[in-house]
Order: sequence, then C-alpha cells, then structure tokens
Amino acid sequence: MSFFIETLVGGLLAGVMYSLVAIGFVLVFKASGVFNFAQGSMVLCAALTFVTLRDKEIPFWLAAVITLAIMVAIAILIERVVLRPLVNRPQITLFMATLGLSFVIEGLAQIAMGASVHELDLGIIDTPVKFGDVQVSQFDLVAAGTAAVLVAALSIFFSRTRTGIALRAIADDPQAALSIGIRLQSLWQIVWGVAGFVSLVAGLLWGARQGVQFALTLVVLKALPVLIIGGFTSIAGAIVGGLIVGASDSLAEIYLGNLLGGSVSTWFSYVLAVAFLLVRPAGLFGEAPIERI
Amino acid sequence: MDMFEWKRKSRMRTIGRALGLATMATVASGAAHAEDAKTQYFPLATFRVGAYASSGIPVWAGEIDYFRYINEVEGGINGIKLVWDECETNWEVEKGVECYERVKAGKNGSPVPIFLPHGDPISKALTEKSVADKIPLVTIAYGRTEAIDGRVFPYSFPVVFSFWSEASSAVNFIAEKVGGKDKLKGLKIATVYHDSPYGKETQVPLAHLAKTYGFEDIQIPVPHPGNEQSAQWAKIRQLKPDWVFLRGWGVMTPVAIKTAAKVGFPVDHIIGGIWSGSEEDVRPAGAVAKGYLAITPFPAGADFEIHKKLKAHILDKGLSDLKDPKSFGSVYYNSGVDEAIIAVEAIRTAQAHFGVRPINGEEAQWGLEHLDLSEKRLAEIGATGLQQPLKLSIKDHEGGGAGKVLQWDGEKWNVVSNGWVKSDRDLLLPLIYERAAAYAKEKGITPRDATN
Amino acid sequence: MSTIGSDTVEQFVAADTGGRSTTIWWRAGAVTALLALLAALPLVASDYWLNAVLIPFLIMSLTALGLNLLMGYAGQASLGTGGFMLVGTYATYNLLLRLPELPLPVSLLLGGIISGLVGVIAGLPSLRIKGFYLVASTLATQFLLEWLFNQYGWFSNYSTSSSISAPRLAILGRDLSSPAGRYLLTLATVAVVTAIAVRLVRSQTGRTWMAIRDMDTAAAVIGIPVASGKLKAFFVSSLVIGIAGALWGFAYLGTVDARSFNLDRSFQVMFAIIIGGMGSIVGNYLGAAFMILLPILLDHVGTRLLGGAIDAGQLENFQRAFFGALIIWFLIKEPRGLAALLSQAAARLAPLIERRSRHLRGGRA
Repeated sequence: MSFFIETLVGGLLAGVMYSLVAIGFVLVFKASGVFNFAQGSMVLCAALTFVTLRDKEIPFWLAAVITLAIMVAIAILIERVVLRPLVNRPQITLFMATLGLSFVIEGLAQIAMGASVHELDLGIIDTPVKFGDVQVSQFDLVAAGTAAVLVAALSIFFSRTRTGIALRAIADDPQAALSIGIRLQSLWQIVWGVAGFVSLVAGLLWGARQGVQFALTLVVLKALPVLIIGGFTSIAGAIVGGLIVGASDSLAEIYLGNLLGGSVSTWFSYVLAVAFLLVRPAGLFGEAPIERI
Repeated sequence: MDMFEWKRKSRMRTIGRALGLATMATVASGAAHAEDAKTQYFPLATFRVGAYASSGIPVWAGEIDYFRYINEVEGGINGIKLVWDECETNWEVEKGVECYERVKAGKNGSPVPIFLPHGDPISKALTEKSVADKIPLVTIAYGRTEAIDGRVFPYSFPVVFSFWSEASSAVNFIAEKVGGKDKLKGLKIATVYHDSPYGKETQVPLAHLAKTYGFEDIQIPVPHPGNEQSAQWAKIRQLKPDWVFLRGWGVMTPVAIKTAAKVGFPVDHIIGGIWSGSEEDVRPAGAVAKGYLAITPFPAGADFEIHKKLKAHILDKGLSDLKDPKSFGSVYYNSGVDEAIIAVEAIRTAQAHFGVRPINGEEAQWGLEHLDLSEKRLAEIGATGLQQPLKLSIKDHEGGGAGKVLQWDGEKWNVVSNGWVKSDRDLLLPLIYERAAAYAKEKGITPRDATN
Repeated sequence: MSTIGSDTVEQFVAADTGGRSTTIWWRAGAVTALLALLAALPLVASDYWLNAVLIPFLIMSLTALGLNLLMGYAGQASLGTGGFMLVGTYATYNLLLRLPELPLPVSLLLGGIISGLVGVIAGLPSLRIKGFYLVASTLATQFLLEWLFNQYGWFSNYSTSSSISAPRLAILGRDLSSPAGRYLLTLATVAVVTAIAVRLVRSQTGRTWMAIRDMDTAAAVIGIPVASGKLKAFFVSSLVIGIAGALWGFAYLGTVDARSFNLDRSFQVMFAIIIGGMGSIVGNYLGAAFMILLPILLDHVGTRLLGGAIDAGQLENFQRAFFGALIIWFLIKEPRGLAALLSQAAARLAPLIERRSRHLRGGRA
C-alpha cells in the first residue's frame, strides 16, 4: 500500500511540474487564441539566460530580474512581430508559426549562450522526507508550493485587477469589449509578458530538476495532454489536468507497464486525454465554442 | 571568464583562422593540382545543433585537435596531411545519410578512408550503403554489436567496446567489488535503460550473463527523453536491487541520478554506461552525483602523454577547437582523441601495405582489419592508459572489449577500477556470431572467408 | 465553419478543373514531358542527388499529398502522420518477410491498406471532436504507434535492437537496390498515386470532403454523409502516408526503427502542406521542396560562403534560426501557400503565352 501511495504522490508532484508549463500555454491561448508551441523554447531561453548570468557571479535576485525583463521583452516582441500580422488566420497556421518561432528562439539562444549543459542550483536540498512509510521528495514539495503561489497570484490578478477583468471581457466577447474602450493590443502585451514570467518560473524549476540543456524544450510534450484534459482556457484546468496526467502516468507506468512492458507513459496520458475529449469535447474546464451556420 | 572577453577572444580566433585558411587557399591554388592528391581527406559528421549538441562539441574538439597535432607536429601521416570538413547531422538519420552521400566521393581527388557516423541510428542506416560504396564505418562504442563479425559486416567496425562488452564489463566490475564472480550469485542487478534500439541492445547479453552467473536481471525502461522518472525509481525502491546499471542518453542521465537521490538509492551503487558517463551527464545533477560510477573506454584525464603534447603544440598556440578549456581531458574530449588515434593508425597501417599516399575506403578496411595497437605503439603515441591495446581481424572488428570504471568526486572523474575491466568476450562471441549468421541468412549475404 | 481548412487555394482548384480542351492537352503534354525527364534523370544525376535529394523530396511530396487529402480537402487536421508512416513501413516489412511470394507492388499496396485501416480507427474521434482539439487527439495515435513498434519484437522479427532493415527490393526479378532503381520505384509510385489522387479529389468523394471542410454542420443538414466522408478521408490519407512511409524506410533510409517517424516528422509534413498550399495537389511538391531542399541548399550555401570563417556551431544555429524565420515570414506573407503564388504567376503569364501562340498560329497560316 505504501508503495502505491508513494507512486501516486510522486506522480502528483510531477504533475504539478507539468502544470507549471501548461499555465503558460493557457495564458496565451486565453488572450490571443494561439497554441504557443514556442513556450518550450521560452522555458529553455529563460533558464539559459538565468544560468549564464549566474555563471558571471551576478546575485540571484538581480539575475532573476534581468532574466524576467528579457523574457517579457521577447514575449512582447513575439506578439508584435509574429502574432499580430497573423491575426484572424486559422488556428493551425498560428500553431505552425509558433513552431517556426521555436526554431528561431532555440537557434538564437544557443548562438548567444552556447549549447553546453549547465547546473542550476536553487539551494533547495533534495533529500527525501518521510511520512510514515511514504517517502516524498523535498524538492517536489517546494515546486508544488511555488505552483500553488503562482496560481493564487494569477487568480487574484485575473479576478481583482482592472487588467484581469478587461481580459476576461475580451475572452468573453471581443466586440463588446472593444466597444467599451478596452485596448486590446496593450492587454495582449501584458498577457504575453506574464507568460514570459511563467516561463521563467518553469525554467528555473525544471532547470534545477534536470540541468539546463536543450532537452528543456521537450517539456511541452507533457504539457499537451494536460491542456487537452484541463481545457485550453482554464488555469484551474491546467492544475487539475497536470495532477491527473502526473498521477495516471506514474501509476500506468508501474501497473500497466507490468502487463504491457514499460514506457506506457509515452502515450497513456494522450489516450486518456482523448477519452476525456470524447466525453467533454472542450476539455474538463474549457468552454465549448458555439457553432453558427 | 567574462562573456564579452570570451566572445572577443573567440572572434579573434575565428578571424585568425579565416586568415590562415585564406593563405592556405592561395598557397593551394598556387601549387599544382598534384598537391591536392597528396592530402588525405577526412570528412567529419558532427552535431552542433539540437538536443545532443552539448555532448558532441567536445568530441569534435578532441578529434580536430589530434588531427591538427598530426599535421602541425608530425607533418601529417608519413607526410600526408589530413584535410577535413564538417557536415551537420543534428543527430538525425536523414541528415546523416545526406552528409554521407555528400562526402563519399571524396574531395579534390582525395578519397574518403573512413566515415564516422557519430550516432547509433545513423550507423544502422549506413550499414548497407557503406558496403556498396566500400567505405568503412568506424563506430566507437556504439552501433550494431553483431557487426563485430567482419565476415558478415565487412565495412562496419564497432571498434573498442561494443554494447555487449559494456554490459559484461559492468557485471565484471560488480564482481570485482563483491569479491569474485562466484559472489554474483543471488545479487539483483537492475538495468535502467533508454527505451530505444540503443537501450535494448544489452538485454540479450545480460540475460545470458544472469543465467551463467546466477544473478537476477531486472530491466526497467525509461521512455524518451527521460525527463521524468519518478515511477521507475519508485519501482527500484520497491525491488531493492543491489546495483543499478544506468544506460541513458542525453537528459535521461542527470534526471536518473537526481531521482535516485530522491528515493534514497545510494549513488555509488549506480554504474553508468558509456553514454551516461561524461562530465556533461553528471554536472547538471549537481552535488548528489558525488560518488556516481561509470564504465567507459575513454577514461577522463589531461595527464596522459598525448595531452601534454596537445597542450604544448595545439592548445597553448591557440589552435584548439575547444571552446571551453575546462573540457580539456574530459571523457568526450578524450573519446574524440581516441577516435582520431584509431583512424590515423588505421590509415598508417594501410599506408604500410599499399604505399604512402591518400588511402581509399577499401584500403582503409584492410588497414583496420590489420590494425595492431600494441602497448608499445600506444606508448609511442602517448596514449598509454588512455586507449586499451587493440588488435583487429576479419573475425573481430571490436578488438579491445574492456572499459575502466570512473567515479565522480563532485569535480572530476577518478579511475576506481583495477585497470581495464575485461568483458567475457569468449562467452559472448559465439552468441554474436550466431546473430550475425542469422542476419546474413535474412539478407542473403555470403560471409567472407576469414582465413586471408 | 471549420477553423482548420479555410485557407485553401480555391481558385487554383477551380483553374485546375475549368480548363478548355486545348489547355488540357497542353497540360497532359507537359506532364508527360516532365515525367519522361524525371525518369531519365538517373542517367545524369549522381548518387548524392538521387539518394540524398531527389528520393527524399519525392517521398516527402507523397506524404504531403496524403496529409493534404485529409487536411486540405476534408478539413481534418492530424499530427498522426509519423504514426501512419510507421504502420506502412512495418506492415510492408512483415508482408515482404512473411509472404515473400507476393510481388513488391502488392506488398506496398497491402501495407498501405493496413495503414489506412489503422487510420480509420484513429479517425473515429473526428466524429465528435473538432478543430484544434482533434489535432491534439491525433497525437495519441502518434505516440501509441511509436510505442507499439518499439515495444513488441514481433513487428521487427525479433532483431536485437527492434530496428528493421530493408528487405531485398525487386520487381519481376529485377533488382532495385541501386540508387537509380530505388529512385525509379519511388518516382513510379509517386506518379501513380498522384494521378489517382487528382481523379479522386475531382470525384463525388472529393466534393463531399470539401463540403465537410467548408461547412461541417451545414453539410450534415443537407444530407451529405459527414461521418463516412470523414472516415473515408482518414482511410485514403493514411493509405497514401503508409505507402510513403514504406518507401521512406526501404527506398530511402534502408533502416527504420520506431523513432524514425516521430512527432517531428509529423510537424515537417504539416509544414510542407501549409507552406505548399492546402487543398492543392501541386502545393505538395512545392511544400516538400521547401522542407527538404531548402535546408540542404542553406547548408551548402552557408558552408561555401562562411565555412571556416564562422564557428561551425554558430553557423548551424544560425541556419536553424534563419529557417524558422523564413517559415514565419512565409506564413505571414502568403497564407495560401506557394501553390497560390504559382497560380498567380501562371495567371499573369497565361495571356502572354496565349498571345504568343496565337501569333505563331497566325504566322503559319
């Protein structure tokens, strides 16, 4: 039993890490209707910038602030140069454009900062903590805590601030929002800036987990089923989806893997996601579009 | 070093290199065409972009530095200078094939002696093409294990340390630690592997060795890319193996080390495989990697004789391809030096037989199959301890089959095994020949005669 | 209205169908001449051109054609392309291995049909899920199939490393393993499949697909069989992609393992049809050229111009960034793809040619 719980808890905590990446997707999708595949490259870019600054003995907080400034600048630049000219294009075109964008970011980031592998030490001790028979990773607990804080902050941002409310207005009805004088473009930039911030947080935590290297871009592959399950437009969905994906992947790898022979987690969450979609075609928390003929 | 200073330096170096090339070009064009045919072309397939670039970059540095050393200090191989150019593969099969096709005809009349695919999938895709083109593929510590049988695979050379030898040497190191092969009985050895053709290569030999020595063989796959392994290590905590043999690639290795620490598995009982045993693999794992073991045919270290020569003639003169001087003497840098030594010595052997001139693929095949890197020759090169003695033949395209075990002390690798740990080649070769014969049958290949 | 396939080259298709009889003859002549030229290429082309440039270009065109039928014509986007290529390759391999008496073209076709049937199963969610969520759901197919062929040794005849290598390729006892043989096999397959596809999209099936693409719900209301239309599109598309996969494995690379056709390959094919032009047959060739030939060209130009002067790693990263930027620029500038550019150019040139030929005829009379 303790083995089951341990696997489950390990999976849930890993799921939080997926959620962190997924939140970045949700923000951008909510505001611009783009499934931003370049989010993975942005995570890499953030982590790489931070580590490069730290290697030059720049203090932690200063490095974080500089990286944040760079990420926000990149995000705003993407919005202006790439997405604005593509407005009103089919979703799949936008998606492919962000894929092209990921080549650009990866290429330029490595030209500027090199391709070597870096260690990223956040000073979090990573020895297991025991709760009875069950071992839990301390680092994963910290990561989960960070995600919780991030989600809380974002929820407050979206429900309490003027910007947040304006954003929701735009998501609900762009025409009406524009007619009451909400400035769409500056709002887009704010959201993209926040997405840049989220990719910094995700980059730091993932970077600390696996080292800062090119493979950071691959974290998007796990964020996708999270989004399908949770819906593309809901931050709460991203968290719940992440927990579901993390836990089911972990349990499937152990229990289904014994039957089918391992590596089940490469597809299990995707198949689960399709099953969810068949029941709820817009994800658990997503809004179904209204079809007009 | 300050980043801007570093940039300026590298820019100055590139300008210097460009000028050097320009002068070389003028000299070359001034001299007659005959001058070209006196150089030995040696194409390099590299991957400087993509997920694995970080592990590749030091390899080419080691290789290019050794080539430069041969050209600058020794005046080429018996006077035949090496010229090389690079082709980027991204570690992708398609681009690897494109590179191979691009370079295989040679350059300016100088033929291709050897092609180094630098990638397990690429080497597999080129297996048959290389036979048709008569260009030997040298795959050091990767590639198809059955290719050891040169009767069936005339142009594939998994030289030095095949995956099967890797597995067997790892088991023999465990035996060394527990006090003899008879003590292996009853031990649990779990192999955590990258779930890919490369990762699966050791399943057959490990099952065979487990049967022979009576240890329990547990196989745990990690799906690509391997950035999340909590389930796998939870399983290890449940099964409680005595040793873990870690066969990773790329990001999988540091994540494995970190996750092992998370579940409290002792890191000094994890033995990394060839591609889980470099500085690039352990550094990202940070402090928890201290004590981690790895088996390798390319022991790290910058104190070998050849490194002193490289430092004096190449690095200190600013001729090195190395961007990060910290990597001098790293596992991957040394693997590049190793690879270059074997290529150069094979060409030298072929020259002794066919005459001192640029060697083509067919001649290099002869050179490789008659390569004899004895202790004496290694000492002359300055590679004693860096490279194991190696003797190839038609029936044996591997030659060595031993590795050293290194331990990470948080800063650098130290050799902890008792010299080279030999694999049980006598035990495994019959199985390898059997598989090669099956391959020959499926493909309708008539094996070559091994007697001449 | 479907959000996926609305950017199609309508007038291009219209121009295709609405030609006068003289233009049709003119076209048929041009196509025959082009085919003859392509078939004669091995006489002059080097191994490099055949093995590394032309064969992959042709196979990529065929793969793009397969996806275009589904996405450009029927409006159902999919990222399962790599998975269907895998099915085609492994199915053809096993047919050649286990039923050696079957001739190669039959094995290829049967391999394609097996892939088509898998495609029908993978297409079932399309009856309920739409748009971008459908794209996401096809990823399940991609990953499940990749896993399947890596996991079960039976598919690879229990080879040590679960990778398979090309069986001997021969038609009527004639060996096709030379570069020229493999090139001609590819060319013939691509020509036949393209001819069939052209007929298909102009048939009733093709019109049904376009109706589904343009007005899914409305099509159902007016009695167009939407469900069977979608599944038919998945079948035909996966069949073509499966054949292309088998060619990729055996006529091009020679070895395949489960990761040869991964998600990157699916992305690459999708790029090819979006850049080439959705809902255009010619677009597949243009898009494949963009994805396969352009990077090779960039590489050659880069090495020629800057090789040695710039650090090799920097140069490669720069090429990657440049290619990405080119893709974005293209998506922004030409939403309907290269095919639309071509048809605009043709429309501008047509009056000139017309005038010139009239002039010639007049001269002769």
